[in-house]
Amino acid sequence: MARALGHFRICDFTGQLAGAGATKWLSAFGAEVIRIEDPVRQGMWDVLRPMPPFVDERRGVDFGGGFNNHNTDKRGITLNLRTERGKELLAEIVKRSDVVSENFAYGVLDRWGFGYERLKQLRPDIIYVSNCGFGHTGPYKMYKTWGPIVQALSGITFTSGLPEHEPAGWGYSYMDHTGGYYMAIAILLALVHRNRTGEGQWVDMACTESGATLNGPAQLDYSVNGRTLRREGSPNSNRNEWPAMAPHGIYPARGDDEWVAISVRDDADWRRFGGVVKEDWTNAQRFAERAARLTAQDEIDALLGAWSCERGKFEVERDLQAAGVPAAAVQKPQERIDRDPETARRGLWPTVHHSKMGDVRVDGMPVHLSKTSWAIDTGGPCLGEHTDSVLAELLDLSQPELDELRAEGVI
Amino acid sequence: MSISNDAGPSALAGIRVIELSHERSCFAAKLLADMGADVITVEPPAGSPTRHYEPFVGDVPDSDRSLYWWHYNTSKRGMTLDLESERGRELFLELAASADFLIEAEDPGRMEALGLDYPDLARQKPDLIVASITPFGRDTEKPDAQSTDLTVLAGGGPVWSCGYDDHSLPPVRGGGNQGYQTACHYAVMSLLTALLYRDLSGEGQHIDVSMHAAANVTTEMASYCWLVKESTVQRQTGRHAMDTATMPVQRRCADGRYVTTGMPPRTPKENTGLHRWLVDLGLEDQLPEAIFLQRGAEKAAIDFSLIGEDDETTAIVAAGREALALIADHVSAYEFFIGAQEIGLAIGIIYAPEEMIDDPHFRQRGFACEIEHPELGRTVTYPGAPYRFEKSPWRISRRAPRLGEHDGEILAELGIDAEGLAALRRDGVIV
Repeated sequence: MARALGHFRICDFTGQLAGAGATKWLSAFGAEVIRIEDPVRQGMWDVLRPMPPFVDERRGVDFGGGFNNHNTDKRGITLNLRTERGKELLAEIVKRSDVVSENFAYGVLDRWGFGYERLKQLRPDIIYVSNCGFGHTGPYKMYKTWGPIVQALSGITFTSGLPEHEPAGWGYSYMDHTGGYYMAIAILLALVHRNRTGEGQWVDMACTESGATLNGPAQLDYSVNGRTLRREGSPNSNRNEWPAMAPHGIYPARGDDEWVAISVRDDADWRRFGGVVKEDWTNAQRFAERAARLTAQDEIDALLGAWSCERGKFEVERDLQAAGVPAAAVQKPQERIDRDPETARRGLWPTVHHSKMGDVRVDGMPVHLSKTSWAIDTGGPCLGEHTDSVLAELLDLSQPELDELRAEGVI
Repeated sequence: MSISNDAGPSALAGIRVIELSHERSCFAAKLLADMGADVITVEPPAGSPTRHYEPFVGDVPDSDRSLYWWHYNTSKRGMTLDLESERGRELFLELAASADFLIEAEDPGRMEALGLDYPDLARQKPDLIVASITPFGRDTEKPDAQSTDLTVLAGGGPVWSCGYDDHSLPPVRGGGNQGYQTACHYAVMSLLTALLYRDLSGEGQHIDVSMHAAANVTTEMASYCWLVKESTVQRQTGRHAMDTATMPVQRRCADGRYVTTGMPPRTPKENTGLHRWLVDLGLEDQLPEAIFLQRGAEKAAIDFSLIGEDDETTAIVAAGREALALIADHVSAYEFFIGAQEIGLAIGIIYAPEEMIDDPHFRQRGFACEIEHPELGRTVTYPGAPYRFEKSPWRISRRAPRLGEHDGEILAELGIDAEGLAALRRDGVIV
């Protein structure tokens, strides 16, 4: 199958998921992504390199399960940018790249002498995409962030929770995923623009702002109606205010920590729901209309929970879906990865070969493109795994030259 | 250097997008529209159901007053077309023939039944790029499955990881339509990737986005802990679901709002700063262990792996946690956030969405933007750009369309005159 992005080369400084996730998309569609890493600090500007989970008892910068997941099909080289020769080699790579991508803290690339102005000198149509927590301007530009802090500032920790409890937030770095999606979109948009105009450019992302684009209706309710989401009884994010539905929530099912999600969208859903549940309260006239059910949500939730907790979550899903009512078991990782035909059929968990870890399954892509679909085959690069091959192919360095660079600590 | 959002033509100027209006696709089309694409959202003459979604301006329900509609349809033009009528379908095909992208999110089978599916569209315009966003993808075994944002996130994995330490409470679905929005991010990544391929090859193609699959690959460790070593993460209040329990990180401050904390002070600078902060607040006397912060200030950076093994390290780290807890009891969440960050600690205030808009950093950066609403005679504040382009800016070019607002304008572009327009209106093909 043709590779949609096979003609692009990315000089990639990204780390963690917020940056590496963006370039994983590009490599899955054929772009040549070259990770530049620091030999002195063992590539540790990506802190996930040595982090769990691990496939076996081996540890170290080549064994991080998350790093492998986020860096499939990329090539990895080491360059010591404290050395003049290291900087010269990086300059040569930049000249041969379409994009430079990074998600360092504010100002890091500039301090190495590779700020945007320099990148432009090296290649006038270069695309430079930076992604940090608070952006490159403003009073907080020096402040530190990671996924959960980005989520906290942007409002999306607050919008996940139950009333009378502290925010539940996200049980993972949702904004690392989503920051990566926005960063991929930014790179692709800049390539589209360059194709049409010949111009490169700098695209700057503040991940907190990217996160704040994900709560639009709440922000408009505030700016137009003056209504705040911080008020008594709010938020209850298992319910649905926009549009208002009732009952709508996550209900207990039979078993330990088993749950099922049910959405009754409208009065027609309510009648179908009643046909399955068949309790006195589902036939009660006082619950027949949405407005009345919205007022009685606490009462209905208690009745529904008492019904659902005696039934299996997949059984509830099956019976309600058969009647046309939205319902889904809260699936655990094993259930959705190993037992769900809807993910298996799409090949959502491809097995990659990693040079040290062996064969490992990773996240695939949730899309199919009929002519240029994605392919994920190779695990994340070990530290410096492709240094020789990249420098030989791209910069025509000979083996004696590579040996000398290695002896000098440049690579 | 900073990048403003008002220079030059947008990246997608000249790209035309037809969106068959739907709650599952509206965000994808908005992302393209705000980058300059000419997006036409096509609704039935009765209007998109999302026009009747709360919240409403002044809480008055009306098809032109839904703030949900307003947010998800910025920068688009809108037209009505009855696809149940033959004339409506003909016009839709004509529109599609003028487009670069077509985005639809109908249940599997409906586009085919209408004769408007990818093969029908590609026959008349082979370089058209079509994206279909459906709950389980076009190849699903359950094309009739009903879904909402809640059921997508429950079945797809995110919900399992979110909630509280107390597992008698249900797991939590994060608010704000994130299941839909994640699928839309993937749709946009796919469309732009396909556009770059079309630039090269001249070929269009069909993109099949599964919302269920998109949620499945947006769960970070929950997936790869299972994939790598078959271990199941457990939800924890306000922090990563893990296969081992971690320390609580959220703290309630004196004003009742929460902050999320990370590691306690580690470097001499951080320990010095925290000690000084305690002194400045007059709280030093309340914490006898503060002496260990001074000890931490004199040492090299602390190695957290020695906690529990080395007594002094353990005491310094514990004093750091205690000091932060004590300070939180005496200052507001905002003061805590600023104070902690100023001494180098990665700590964040948990804002409600409306509070972020009013924060001085985001105000100075000009995040929120004011959009003209001529029908109200004023502007309305919208959330701003997710990214800042130096040369091809993000920009909300207009407020969301009123029902049928551009029917005449767009049909005129298809060569239909006033008389034809009146006939279409009379026949109920448009509103």
